[in-house]
Amino acid sequence: MAITATKGQTGLTGNSAVAYAMKQINPDVCAAYPITPSTQVVEDFSSYVADGAVTTELVTVESEHSAMSACIGAAAAGARVMTATSSQGLALMWEMLYIASGMRLPIVLCNVNRALSAPINIHCDHSDSMGARDSGWVQLYAETVQEAYDNMFMAVRIAEHQKVLLPIMTCLDGFITSHAIENISLLEDQEVRQFIGEYRPATSLLDTDHPVTMGAMTLPEVYMEFKHQQSEAMKRAKDAALEVMADFGKRFGREYGLFETYRLEDAETAIVILNSAAGTTKVAIDELRKQGKKVGLLRPRLFRPFPWREMADALKGKKAVAVLDRADSMNAFGGPVFNEVRSALYDLDNRPKMINRIYGLGGRDYKVKDAISVFDELAKIAETGKIETLVKYITL
Amino acid sequence: MEHKKEYPLGGVIPKGGTAHDYSTGGWRKLRPVLDKSKCTNCLICWVMCPDSAIITEDGKMAGFDLDHCKGCGICAVECPDKVKAIKMEQEAE
Repeated sequence: MAITATKGQTGLTGNSAVAYAMKQINPDVCAAYPITPSTQVVEDFSSYVADGAVTTELVTVESEHSAMSACIGAAAAGARVMTATSSQGLALMWEMLYIASGMRLPIVLCNVNRALSAPINIHCDHSDSMGARDSGWVQLYAETVQEAYDNMFMAVRIAEHQKVLLPIMTCLDGFITSHAIENISLLEDQEVRQFIGEYRPATSLLDTDHPVTMGAMTLPEVYMEFKHQQSEAMKRAKDAALEVMADFGKRFGREYGLFETYRLEDAETAIVILNSAAGTTKVAIDELRKQGKKVGLLRPRLFRPFPWREMADALKGKKAVAVLDRADSMNAFGGPVFNEVRSALYDLDNRPKMINRIYGLGGRDYKVKDAISVFDELAKIAETGKIETLVKYITL
Repeated sequence: MEHKKEYPLGGVIPKGGTAHDYSTGGWRKLRPVLDKSKCTNCLICWVMCPDSAIITEDGKMAGFDLDHCKGCGICAVECPDKVKAIKMEQEAE
């Protein structure tokens, strides 16, 4: 879709906003293979390339495995690299995701969340990016088009932060956010340039005066040290993200944190939920608050690294918490967000009762009434102190 | 790189030519043996060796770098039929 406004308020789909962010970032290389529902990111961006609006080398590859491989090669050569994908595309990148993070290449990938086959389904759930949660990539999630757009700039800074140097995945909900037009406030190109700055890689394969080898084999005597370095970098990514978000807020007036809380402080029960469904939950919270019910929400933004201390602090003292997962770990013990949030709260003296509800798989609607019925259930648990079902599918 | 903290990020090897310092000859099952009386110093073995394990001195065949020779036997095969100065022998014997 054509972008008529170049700064200030406009209306854009999530995909167009992400593509526009990529245009403003003007990466050195973009290697991508379009896939629903992220197709339009690559489509719009390829128009910018064709129009000469960016100086990016666009590599049209034959698969997502090749897309990530080309991104890794370009990043090893010292380029600022971006790509976009969804679902099966991310799944096909799997092998290379670990290589990007292990080689400490700050690649930015926009993942438009979509269900994984089988059965084949093109609509939103989080099984794609949740499956990649242990691949060593930083993960940022977004509720709105505005946040998806803003995350792109912050992603560049977090990934390239000297104390981090890890690839980063920015996630937004397929179709719900990627294809819906929302009001969005664009930054000016100059503001973006000043915010992201120049990328100066420590080493480059193209620097023939200082030849290096990248991706060499390491045997048992050193492999673990490199993994430890990577693990420490992931720990540091939390503070780096906070630093970058604070700078973003200071410059552009939009404040972001490790997670968003909504009417949580005095809440007795709360829902923890990612991305666009948080908006639906907020409407439910407003309705229930009108009836005098003390309910609130926590929406994780930075999922990797997982800010467990801060999350425990935000949820301590609540009587009952429901974590809603838009992906099932297929472990017969609930979804990935549930297991991590529940684990984060283990050390609290006064732990909330916790349940997991799986919702919205394959694009199944999650409505205000669904959020309200979860809050009703939480109210009962808060009152009786008893959990009937720990993990359950809702919206079935 | 004595100290673990000095390991370069992401396993980057920060200089060139380091393969020479890494001995790979231990993989070898067969060892090339040169009969100097037959060798014509044509250096076809030097050209063909995939591990750059043929040592030359003053443009002449001088022997094998057994720290890097993996015993593939290409040198013995490529040594011209009329010469056949290289034979592969069992390492174990």
